[in-house]
Amino acid sequence: MDFQTVTWQAYARAGGRKGIRNKVLIIYTVECASFVAKEISRRLNHPDVDVIGFSGCTDNDYAIRLLISMIRHPNIGGVLAVGLGCEYVQPEKLADIAWQEGKCADWLFIQNEGGTRKAVEKGTAYAEAMLRQLQSTPRVSMGFSELVVGAECGGSDYTSGLAGNTVVGAFYDLLVRAGGTAIFEEIVEAVGLLDLLEKRAADEPARRQIAATYKKAMQYCRDVRQYSISPGNFVGGLTTIEEKSMGAVVKSGSSPIQGVLKVGERPRSSGLWLLDSTPDPHWMQFGITNPNDNEGLMDLISCGAHLVFLVTGRGNVVGSAVAPVIKVTGNHQTFVRMSEDMDFDASEMLWSSQRLEPLAERLALLTADVCGGQQTNAEKLGHKEYFIPYKYQDKPAGTCKERWEQKNVGI
Amino acid sequence: MNREQKQTAFQIHPSDNVATALGALEAGRVTITGEACAPEILAAEPISDGHKIALKDIEAGMPIVKYGVPIGTATVNIAAGSWVHLHCMRSNYDERSAHLDLMTGVPVDSEYE
Repeated sequence: MDFQTVTWQAYARAGGRKGIRNKVLIIYTVECASFVAKEISRRLNHPDVDVIGFSGCTDNDYAIRLLISMIRHPNIGGVLAVGLGCEYVQPEKLADIAWQEGKCADWLFIQNEGGTRKAVEKGTAYAEAMLRQLQSTPRVSMGFSELVVGAECGGSDYTSGLAGNTVVGAFYDLLVRAGGTAIFEEIVEAVGLLDLLEKRAADEPARRQIAATYKKAMQYCRDVRQYSISPGNFVGGLTTIEEKSMGAVVKSGSSPIQGVLKVGERPRSSGLWLLDSTPDPHWMQFGITNPNDNEGLMDLISCGAHLVFLVTGRGNVVGSAVAPVIKVTGNHQTFVRMSEDMDFDASEMLWSSQRLEPLAERLALLTADVCGGQQTNAEKLGHKEYFIPYKYQDKPAGTCKERWEQKNVGI
Repeated sequence: MNREQKQTAFQIHPSDNVATALGALEAGRVTITGEACAPEILAAEPISDGHKIALKDIEAGMPIVKYGVPIGTATVNIAAGSWVHLHCMRSNYDERSAHLDLMTGVPVDSEYE
């Protein structure tokens, strides 16, 4: 099948980017504003209204970069920023960025509006107006060559490495051949596999980036004494992080790795990219970390992934704000037991490797349907999780960093 | 495709010294599929779905090999046909996994007080 000819109707954004959803994003800028933000969303009760936010009162460069990347995400057409009024993160600045991106934008401070009821009423009216305006977003044809996808695993068992991740990896190869962009993360689940990753580097700078990222991730795991393996993984037959890692890296397929992205950084070209979501050492070294599956999904979406795959063995139910999540399992029992949550059964791989190509093609067709508007099971159930922690990461290299430095000249 | 394939384990790489149980195994004959070096092995004990069976005798201190790469080290002598998990092998990186409950994986080193 020629996947270069597969297209769907997308949403045109200013600057030529294309989104596969047309959402209003409500952002709270401190935990104290989260109730009002969620209440606005509850009143609207609309599938295209998502809420995210940052809970800390003191701001954090990493968290702000993550919020901005969501504002700029092509699936987002409008942004409403809701603040309390005393916090460090400024809703007005977030709304400004949305304006600059050519999106609908508004903001409010709950203190200025006169409390909960008035802020909810005003915010609801703002968001309703945005939803009306988004109805006239121009539609445009989109194909795999313009698509960015992300993948990570959660609740892995022995089938993840044999079936679920294997099929996603084969789809990644197919997507890259069609000119698309694929991102994989979880360098902390590549323990013992540096040689294998280095051999797949597209060029020498990419190899150096991969080696440095791996080295940092291993230091991080040692320092924080956290390896990315959970009680459920052990019950599912995985004994060590090395074993889980081999199964996890399979989901990247076999394409050359173009380089390493930081959270919130867009790929500089099409092809396969590794996302480094591990904290960088800072004044508290790595600090206390709280990684989870939704953080991983957010990180992939922050790099511009239109949709993300979550590969599970034991079963996971989460979705995400901003981008659809397609849940793939290689465990047939899990697929049957949690059929309302699982989108794709890759278990046939366990019985015959001849099934790899047909399964990858079937996953590609499902992906095209979801890009064209078909709801994933997580979307049907209303899953819109998000997770934005305090974290330190060095600013992305290259143009983003230069822009950042230019912006800060004269401060 | 045959989901009823009983007593089967999957060997991923020819150099592996463990295979993965495709379904719960009872003690007795087990068919090896995938990159099998031998057509079958005798399971010495029951092995849960997705868990590993030793394909040959593995001495303490020797690597456990799956996907053609070492995934840890044997902590005791492991006889061919045995169940291979936390009780007889350890990670070369992660020390904590040695402190987890063998059957449930639940940490026994966290205090709830």
